[in-house]
Amino acid sequence: MNAEPVTTPKLIVKNLNFYYGADRALKDINLTIPEKMVTAFIGPSGCGKSTLLRTFNRMYQLYPKQRAEGEILLDNQNLLDKRQDLNKLRAKIGMVFQKPTPFPMSIYDNIAFGVKLYENLNSHDMAERVEWALKKAALWNEVKDKLKQSGTGLSGGQQQRLCIARAIAVKPQVLLLDEPTSALDPISTAHIEKLVDELKKDFTIVIVTHNMQQAARVSDFTAYMYLGDLIEFGDTSTVFTNPKRKETEDYITGRFG
Amino acid sequence: MHTLDNRLKRQNLLDILFRNITRLSAFAVLALLVGIIISLFLGSQLAISAFGWGFLTSSEWNPVTEEFGALVPIAGTIATAAIALLIAVPVSFGIAIFLTELAPQWMRRPLGIAIELLAGIPSIIYGMWGLFIFVPIFAEHVEPWINDHLGQTFLIAPLFSGPNLGIGVMAAGIILAIMIIPFIASVMRDVFDIVPSLLKESAYGLGATTWEVMYQVVLPYTKIGVVGGIMLGLGRALGETMAVTFVIGNAHQLTASLLNPGNSIASALANEFTEAVGDLYTSALIELGLILFFITFIVLSLARFMLYKLGQNEGRSA
Amino acid sequence: MFTLYGRRRLINGISLSVSVLAMAFGLFWLGWILWTLLEHGIPGLNSTLFTQSTPPPGSQGGLGNAIWGSLMMTSLATLIGTPIGILAGTYLAEFGQRGWLAPVTRFINDILLSAPSIVIGLFVYEVYVVKVGHFAGWGGALALSIIVIPVVIRTTENMLRLIPNSLREAAAALGTPQWKVISFVTLRAARAGILTGILLAVARISGETAPLLFTALNNQFWSSNMNQPLANLPVVIFQFAMSPYDDWRSLAWAGALLITFSVLTLNIVARVLFRQKANTY
Repeated sequence: MNAEPVTTPKLIVKNLNFYYGADRALKDINLTIPEKMVTAFIGPSGCGKSTLLRTFNRMYQLYPKQRAEGEILLDNQNLLDKRQDLNKLRAKIGMVFQKPTPFPMSIYDNIAFGVKLYENLNSHDMAERVEWALKKAALWNEVKDKLKQSGTGLSGGQQQRLCIARAIAVKPQVLLLDEPTSALDPISTAHIEKLVDELKKDFTIVIVTHNMQQAARVSDFTAYMYLGDLIEFGDTSTVFTNPKRKETEDYITGRFG
Repeated sequence: MHTLDNRLKRQNLLDILFRNITRLSAFAVLALLVGIIISLFLGSQLAISAFGWGFLTSSEWNPVTEEFGALVPIAGTIATAAIALLIAVPVSFGIAIFLTELAPQWMRRPLGIAIELLAGIPSIIYGMWGLFIFVPIFAEHVEPWINDHLGQTFLIAPLFSGPNLGIGVMAAGIILAIMIIPFIASVMRDVFDIVPSLLKESAYGLGATTWEVMYQVVLPYTKIGVVGGIMLGLGRALGETMAVTFVIGNAHQLTASLLNPGNSIASALANEFTEAVGDLYTSALIELGLILFFITFIVLSLARFMLYKLGQNEGRSA
Repeated sequence: MFTLYGRRRLINGISLSVSVLAMAFGLFWLGWILWTLLEHGIPGLNSTLFTQSTPPPGSQGGLGNAIWGSLMMTSLATLIGTPIGILAGTYLAEFGQRGWLAPVTRFINDILLSAPSIVIGLFVYEVYVVKVGHFAGWGGALALSIIVIPVVIRTTENMLRLIPNSLREAAAALGTPQWKVISFVTLRAARAGILTGILLAVARISGETAPLLFTALNNQFWSSNMNQPLANLPVVIFQFAMSPYDDWRSLAWAGALLITFSVLTLNIVARVLFRQKANTY
């Protein structure tokens, strides 16, 4: 985790500002998310870490009065550009939320739902894809005999892994995790953290967490945010052991927040 | 990649299509309202041009000479609704207190459902039951008492002296009261439920009794919603047809006594519309319908405004 | 002598007793009405009630044609009203954040929810019966569907609003187009609640009499022709109950029993199906 990696940039954020109506929630954010690494956003609640994450797939567009200004480059294309097809963008950037959100359908259909949006697979290929995703999400062994049962019947930790499987089944390039373990018990949390470590072989991962230990455990890079500003960004071990800014140090050592 | 683009383009088109279909359906509701108003207005043209505003103040109703006025049914509609509210409001308040504060937790749901079932009984059943069961008892036991007591009281005597027929404005009002109790009670219960328990607890913490908490804390807090619920009940009472038609007596006469048979707009329509001969007669009846729609529209609008306002104060819609 | 405290306790005791009485008052009428229906209705319940048509006074008969007509009109009204109601309710809940249409529609819909049903009968008379020149089953179905629509809109919107936004976001995050998010995820998650609304709407129109008086009217004979006057339970009950004939009245009571218990059963089933209370007042 601490190896000094050679990184390729995946997402480049340039002068990003974000508004809820008249309130400016993100202030001139500049940041580079490296490919196939885990980047963590930390900071006290209300600091804008989730807001920043939600600009990467333009989730804010569901709500009137929310808007983003600036650039976010994915493979050198500005994804904030209105001409960028939203659904195509979201096929490339998957997301998992705070609380598990299984759809009201069977486990199998939960996974197949997203795949069907982009690919015409025959039933054999689809079954393979579902199995692949569930295996990747370390859920296959627990559900392989009850794929036809409703996804809402699983335990909280299983539901969250189902949501991860659903997100990766589409084969995105980037995976956004918005406090994915905040609603889970410690054992399920450990499952998910281990999974994140596995998944970074294939995906670029951005994780928002309010749990500093979690950020230290799973991430390669860490961004500390406060009141809409990006205070510090760097190698996780540096940010945690030798922060450049006093605010970061206060937060990490628990003197604040 | 090319087929993917086509697929996404098609989905975007479907999105637009879907949004516009739902929008069209929402628009249909508006069109419905406009359609109702226009058609009633056109239907009553003949009567409007024949009688003008005098229609509202004339108590004449004579199909033979084709002289029509709406005063009797309007008065009957208002009188029955007023009686209904006088009875239903305190009873509903009591029921709402019982359901939110007094009843043990396990009783609340079944009792709440029972009260809502009272609202589920079709109005024609109230009418039948009223005519065959309630009215005879009312005529034999209640009306003589009213005549003997209230009918002898100074000032209000004219309201309460009349024949012991059973059917009449009073009986219709009482049946209406039973019908609207569940509506008012369930709105009251719902608005009482939104009072933050912290507020109630702090009043109880000062040593207030249940009644004091309800009357001095909960009621002022929810006043506007309670009034909204009452107006909603009033709207129902004004437009109720079948229950009234059975028991009001269908007499086009204007008297002071509530024990006399009378008429309401809705029951005049139910009784006479299919048998009305002549365009002017039909048109006069449609104008009655227009008046009824107009009155209930205003009452219900006020009710909704009040309930919305309460909801906004709470940051949620009631 | 009462102390202040004693007086407060006394007032409390009296008012709470009155509130218990109010509850008893409400339940009393429910019990009395149901008892009356059983007492007068049960003697009329027999197999010919369902198989025979409404008789002329003084002869044997049943309510078969009226039950059939009511079933036809109620089903058609539900089939017409439900899709419009669900779509419009979806608009209010899912697309209603911007623009003037949603707030205005919501307001109008809440008014139509309690608008006098007899006026709806008049409306359909004006726009349908007058145009085709005679009373007809279609008119009845149309009038009833106008009553179904606001109920379904209200419950659909309420139920969709109960669905957490995180579910919509999760579906949108996969790149799901909005029509698919709504029809496959949110509407599906709300389906129990919406079904409750539909059942309550059916319960409501099953007993409606006033809007049928000027539209479907009545028919003495067994008929499935929606273009002709159509027998239906409420209007038959009205006419028979108001008649001077004993056998007609006893049929009216049997019909009243039938209609009330089906409506109440629907109400209870709807509430059991979805424990969350659906606002339909």
